[in-house]
Amino acid sequence: MSEAEHHNAHRWAGVLGWVSAGLGVLQVAAPDTVVRVIGAGDRPWARRVVRLIGLRELFHAAVLLGSRRPAPLVWTRVAGDAMDLALLGRLMAEREDGGRRRLAASTAAVTGITFADIVTAVRGGHEPGLPPHRLTNLRAAITVNRPRREVYRFWRDIENLPRFMIHLESVEPIAGGYSHWRAKGPAHKSVEWDAEIIEDQTEQLIAWRSVEGATVRNRGSVRFTDAPGGRGTEVRVDIDYDPPAGKVGLAFARLLGEHPQQQVCDDLRRFKQVMETGEVARSEGSPEGTRARRQLFQRPAQPVR
Amino acid sequence: MKANCWMGRNTVEVQDVPDPGILNPRDAVVRITSSAICGSDLHLYDGFVPTMKKGDVLGHEFMGEVVEVGPGVTTLRVGDRVVVPFPISCGGCLACENGLFSVCENSNPNAGMAEKLLGHSPAGIFGYSHMLGGYPGGQAQYARVPFADVGPIVVDDDLPDEKVLFLSDILPTGWMGAEMCEIKPGDVIAVWGAGPVGQFAVASALLMGAERVICIDRFSYRLQIAARAGAETINYEQTDVLDALRDMTAGRGPDACIDAVGMEAHYPVPAVHAYDRAKQATRAETDRPYALREAILACRNGGVVSVIGVYAGLIDKFPMGSFMNRSLTLRTGQCHVQRYMEPLLARIREGALDPSFVITHHLDLEDAPRGYEMFKHKENECNKVVLHPW
Ligand SMILES: [Zn+2]
Ligand SMILES: [Zn+2]
Repeated sequence: MSEAEHHNAHRWAGVLGWVSAGLGVLQVAAPDTVVRVIGAGDRPWARRVVRLIGLRELFHAAVLLGSRRPAPLVWTRVAGDAMDLALLGRLMAEREDGGRRRLAASTAAVTGITFADIVTAVRGGHEPGLPPHRLTNLRAAITVNRPRREVYRFWRDIENLPRFMIHLESVEPIAGGYSHWRAKGPAHKSVEWDAEIIEDQTEQLIAWRSVEGATVRNRGSVRFTDAPGGRGTEVRVDIDYDPPAGKVGLAFARLLGEHPQQQVCDDLRRFKQVMETGEVARSEGSPEGTRARRQLFQRPAQPVR
Repeated sequence: MKANCWMGRNTVEVQDVPDPGILNPRDAVVRITSSAICGSDLHLYDGFVPTMKKGDVLGHEFMGEVVEVGPGVTTLRVGDRVVVPFPISCGGCLACENGLFSVCENSNPNAGMAEKLLGHSPAGIFGYSHMLGGYPGGQAQYARVPFADVGPIVVDDDLPDEKVLFLSDILPTGWMGAEMCEIKPGDVIAVWGAGPVGQFAVASALLMGAERVICIDRFSYRLQIAARAGAETINYEQTDVLDALRDMTAGRGPDACIDAVGMEAHYPVPAVHAYDRAKQATRAETDRPYALREAILACRNGGVVSVIGVYAGLIDKFPMGSFMNRSLTLRTGQCHVQRYMEPLLARIREGALDPSFVITHHLDLEDAPRGYEMFKHKENECNKVVLHPW
């Protein structure tokens, strides 16, 4: 899927959002007209149901128009379409003579819309260049006041990673660039996966990804460049991970804390501390150091009353 | 051990808390012999510094005897008598390498929190909120000192506590306030605030060769101490400061102005005070910047405004027009204490400086709540309180 097509899907999703808004307003404001046009006859409940559907359309509109990347959210519309088709089918089955032709036309129209929704949702669901799942991207950078060779070597020795990555319990190298990663979850549940180093440019770049079948699909890279004017080494980390479903997935998501971005920044900050001072700064006010539990309580600062 | 704890706005209590221990290899534990109440502790007491928690141990000016060292500390030995600087500094980051110890990049474990409020995080500070590290302070019987191989300075037994204690904060802070003025022969320096830091700024500016130093406050007993240190004085409740300064400098204005007041300044015009007080109460503005505004307006064209008073957040009505159009320079910072400890200790040792003149009260640690009340309300001509935990 190309970048352009993907962009198109988001544009289409926006158009569908406006369609939802228009329909919603019409159904909520003038339900009688809508009931007549679709051929639902004069059932006493039809008016109420149309109003409810109108409210649902307004919800779709809010969801789609409120997002910068709305295409995957079109699935909410698809679900709505399915409800509408079921309702129309039921009305058809009741064989209301006068309304049958209109009902058939309505059903055809809704089927067409459903098709458009599905195409948009499917197209928008794939990020370009990535496997067809939603991956979450985290990036962070920090400057470390040590020579690039030293900074690279410490990171390349991946057993060191748990010294500053708060959610990791251990990383054990296996032969051939492979390694076994273990993270401690809440309630003493471990999450484990295997990873391989897919790129290793000495003193410049290390890239890794989880191997096929890992419970937590993730991949990342870390780049090392000289900071200007002898200010040490700039370290840039880029991580994609797949927030998985199920119990393990939930445990992993919680490992990353309420603010995964902040977690990655904090991990990098601890990396800098270890490189520059040999230890991770700890206070009695935050004594947990690199134990994962702290992440559960991590919140942005708020002034006290 | 016993420690003085923040229990909410205008409440401190001396409580039993767990003894500190070594958490990291470069830690030391100090048995505290003297600990001061600092003017900036009043900002905590009054509840203007965010991220304080009930039970936090206060205090960032303290000294004592090393009773335990981690395996990473090679510069200190058990039994050493040390003064501990208030900024916690690692010695290994670029800031520390450049002598900017109070903006150490590694000593705040809650740097993310500080970044949200301040953009970038400064160093961790003892007993000064969770945003600045959540480190327990030194108004206690013991304190854990991180990066103990960088901060604390060893002092000889023949120098009494009261001569060297203030090396931890207010003496170097006053000194840095004067240093930032880049004093040249003939310079006239104005100092807002005749508290202990202002008094040390006065003494420092004179030592650095200022022609005249003018000190501004509203408490006559504090102005008298500043006068004994060599200052001319203005009581702003009796005299219009801008007029007086213009008059005293024959229209030029002071060559440099030191704000040693900070966020809780008072102002004699009730309407202005009410305006800022109301904004502060609704948190539309956290700090009351009268002293800063006045320092900017008073300063001569092309002069320096040096800010060592503590500000925590946002201020309103900053006189940017005056500041920009008149080529002023603003210099600020929590004191980079470690930079000044050795040279100032040398001056104390040779008798050129005796900082003990600011002390008015010695109290037991148990009396800390009374000390805070007295210091806050300037009762009993309270200028500086030293607490003794043992
Ligand atoms: Zn202080
Ligand atoms: Zn540092």
